[in-house]
Amino acid sequence: MNFLKLVFIFCLTPFLAQADQNVQEITLKNGMRVLVKEDHRSPVVVSMVWYRAGSLDEVNGKTGVAHVLEHMMFKGTKTTKPGEYSEIVAAAGGRENAFTGADYTAYFQRLEKSKLPISMKMEADRMQNLVITEEEFKKEISVVMEERRWRTDDKPKAQVNELFNSLVFRAHPYGKPIVGWMNDLQNMTYEDAIEWYKMWYSPSNAILVVAGDVDTKQVFAEARKYFSKIPAYEIAKRKPQFEPIQNGSRRAVLKAPSKLPYIQMGYPTPTLGKDGITNKKEAFALEVLVGILSGTSSSRLNQNLVKKTSRAINVNAGYSMLSRGGQSTFEMYGTPSEKVSVVELEKYLKLELKNIVDHGVTGIELKRVITSVIAGEVYQKDSVMGAAMQIGQLETMGYSHKIVDDYIDNIKKVTSKDIQDVIEKYFHDDALTVVTLDPQPLDKNKTPKGRPHAH
Amino acid sequence: MPIKVILISMLIFLANSASAALNIQHWKSSNGASIYFIENHDLPIVDINVDFRAGSVRDTKQKSGLASLTNHMMVLGSGGINEEDLANQFIDIGAQLNSSFDQDKSGFSLRTLSEKRREAIDLFTLVLHKPNFDNQTIKREKKRYIASITQSETMPESIASKAFMKVLYGEHPYALPGSGEVETIKKIGKKDLQDFYKNNYLSNELSIVIVGDISREEAEDLAKKISIGFPGSKIAEEIPLVNYNEQQDIKISHPSKQAHLYYGAPIIKRGDPDFLTLYLGNYILGGGGFVSRLTQEIREDRGLAYSVYSYFMPFLEAGPFQIGIQTKKDQVEEAKKIIQKTVSNFIKNGPTQKELRRAKDFMIGGFPLRLDSNKSILEYVSMMAFYKYPLDYLETFTTRIDRITAEEIKSAFQRRVDMSKFSTVIVGSE
Repeated sequence: MNFLKLVFIFCLTPFLAQADQNVQEITLKNGMRVLVKEDHRSPVVVSMVWYRAGSLDEVNGKTGVAHVLEHMMFKGTKTTKPGEYSEIVAAAGGRENAFTGADYTAYFQRLEKSKLPISMKMEADRMQNLVITEEEFKKEISVVMEERRWRTDDKPKAQVNELFNSLVFRAHPYGKPIVGWMNDLQNMTYEDAIEWYKMWYSPSNAILVVAGDVDTKQVFAEARKYFSKIPAYEIAKRKPQFEPIQNGSRRAVLKAPSKLPYIQMGYPTPTLGKDGITNKKEAFALEVLVGILSGTSSSRLNQNLVKKTSRAINVNAGYSMLSRGGQSTFEMYGTPSEKVSVVELEKYLKLELKNIVDHGVTGIELKRVITSVIAGEVYQKDSVMGAAMQIGQLETMGYSHKIVDDYIDNIKKVTSKDIQDVIEKYFHDDALTVVTLDPQPLDKNKTPKGRPHAH
Repeated sequence: MPIKVILISMLIFLANSASAALNIQHWKSSNGASIYFIENHDLPIVDINVDFRAGSVRDTKQKSGLASLTNHMMVLGSGGINEEDLANQFIDIGAQLNSSFDQDKSGFSLRTLSEKRREAIDLFTLVLHKPNFDNQTIKREKKRYIASITQSETMPESIASKAFMKVLYGEHPYALPGSGEVETIKKIGKKDLQDFYKNNYLSNELSIVIVGDISREEAEDLAKKISIGFPGSKIAEEIPLVNYNEQQDIKISHPSKQAHLYYGAPIIKRGDPDFLTLYLGNYILGGGGFVSRLTQEIREDRGLAYSVYSYFMPFLEAGPFQIGIQTKKDQVEEAKKIIQKTVSNFIKNGPTQKELRRAKDFMIGGFPLRLDSNKSILEYVSMMAFYKYPLDYLETFTTRIDRITAEEIKSAFQRRVDMSKFSTVIVGSE
């Protein structure tokens, strides 16, 4: 089983596309919230506990601790041995996992519907009775370092992304890698993990989301039984953090073993306000822009740079309209074709933006985005897990899950002019950050050859 | 890439006790296509998947990558409609077209809103019957294949998995990398694609699975429509037998931080009577995530790796039993010793009664999870259809699992899994 890390979760349009009128909600007396969505198509249930704690809340010197704690949550409680809950869930035929993001940490189980109490009992226990020993920590921190080597250190594009984030966000914690810097992992102690647990794992900082073939009232009753007696404590007040305005482009080069170069570029952009209203016009314009540039074989970047001109092997764009930390970037990435340099690809990507500023987007393009979103809404209903994920992410990030209700309407309102306006306002060279991959030969004694390199 | 393989193998092996509730309707078309239909009107969605016996096992060494390129080119223009227009026509009705590819099969799937099913199905059949194989597009896609191949030659996981298949399969087509080699891709032209299509996209070797909001009558029409547009219905060529006899240990240097170790041998094919027993046993050995012996020894007890796993991946002919791990370079020999000890101990003694009980509880208790969406039903039944599993496969699955004894697992491992024949590939060794 893997621990997922969700970094670019909201890149594409179908994410928000589910009108769910039937989510029921209560708040337990200790402040823990419980949200339930019934779906009776199959006798299964998904149960997720979300904590409003992620790498966003970490401090220098202790990066990666949110994710390390996620690993330690499988290492036993006052009354259970390390791994015992995993055995219990497996013996119930269940699947379980956990993931850490910048904005949250979440734990989930998928079970046959009658087994739901197993999940609640376990989550309630490890919410209050987790045991972190030095011995277990030492083993697990090695696992996490292996995870970092595997995810980032041996993957050139992941390294580019890590460098990119640290360039865009100098003050804001989104500049730190979710998995943590290797040095911080090497120096992390079991006390750091305990400190994190005691800081953020209060029921008042947690949300339980249950979706599937359940009876809402019964879920509420079970949730009260298992969670409501857990004492809450005060969560440290979070200071607002904002990245200072960028004045001047930022560029960096990363060298790593690779044959092909690669470019990641982007601009800071607004996110949707937690009220669902602030920045709405701009956030939705950016959301539609991503859908027009990227995501299908006929989107602009693919058509213009890969298919028609063969300037790139592949190109994509990404944007997150939602974020707990209130910051976001609009990004483009790509691998140039042979004989095209990363400098030229950067130029071509910018030309695509300029082309929209000069000529707008067509009504057909806007309509295609709307069609995809509407169909995406229906298709997403096929996944119980998807429904639970969506509710949990929104609520943990500080939005109401109800903002999905008028998502399609907001997409429909976006005009060509709105898109031109956001490009003109945010996509200028002084706000640009670019990181390129300079491919190095596997054998260090050989010098790279055959391709133009941009520095 | 190992991750992808694991996901695929999970889909393929797992089954569901709710199968009694899963009413699979099955029939054959007049020209031999095999059709599976699951009617379900809960959501206004229709899903269709078709699979052909046209995976990379049909490739030759000289033009390796042809099968994959054919699969890929099939969705890039059809019936004279160019690539861009075709993509737009799908998008304009909110329909999704996807292709899939592996050693044995080439597959295509369509997801559409049921209200748009007629237009979507027309487009889908056009894609299946009338690929353009346009010269300009072929030229461009070949370049992209070559770029991707050269890039994968720098990635330790890709290097390792390619070397491992080469060691296990030698001259057998299973040794050929799905996307081909730079030199073989260069040799492929339009005529090759057309011939490959003509010889391998056969209606009598075709399986069609339809799930969702559509009536039986319409499903029959649709299946007929799909199955009658193919070039031929000759008997497909047999896949050569796997002949593995030379155990090898390969080390490839790489500047990576981690070494990637692959360890195993070709063991079992689809339909083998030992498969379910080996599969259940492997859940205990290395297939069961956190609760497997390998994860316990390597990760939980020693912190040596983030991921370690084992699986049987049966093909139409003998597929690999494979163990994989990534770990810091200076730990890889230690990890290999622990893996060997764990596997050899399992072969020698089999599982404990407690482990067996828990493995069965997992398989049986988790049954409904396998088929909890139209998409998962489509994938599962497509696997059954392609490999010609009996129709009652799902219904009898839990009973068959429940009957397996610890002694049978031990015996199956002792008869089938011979560690002295295991080959090893390590990329990034010191």
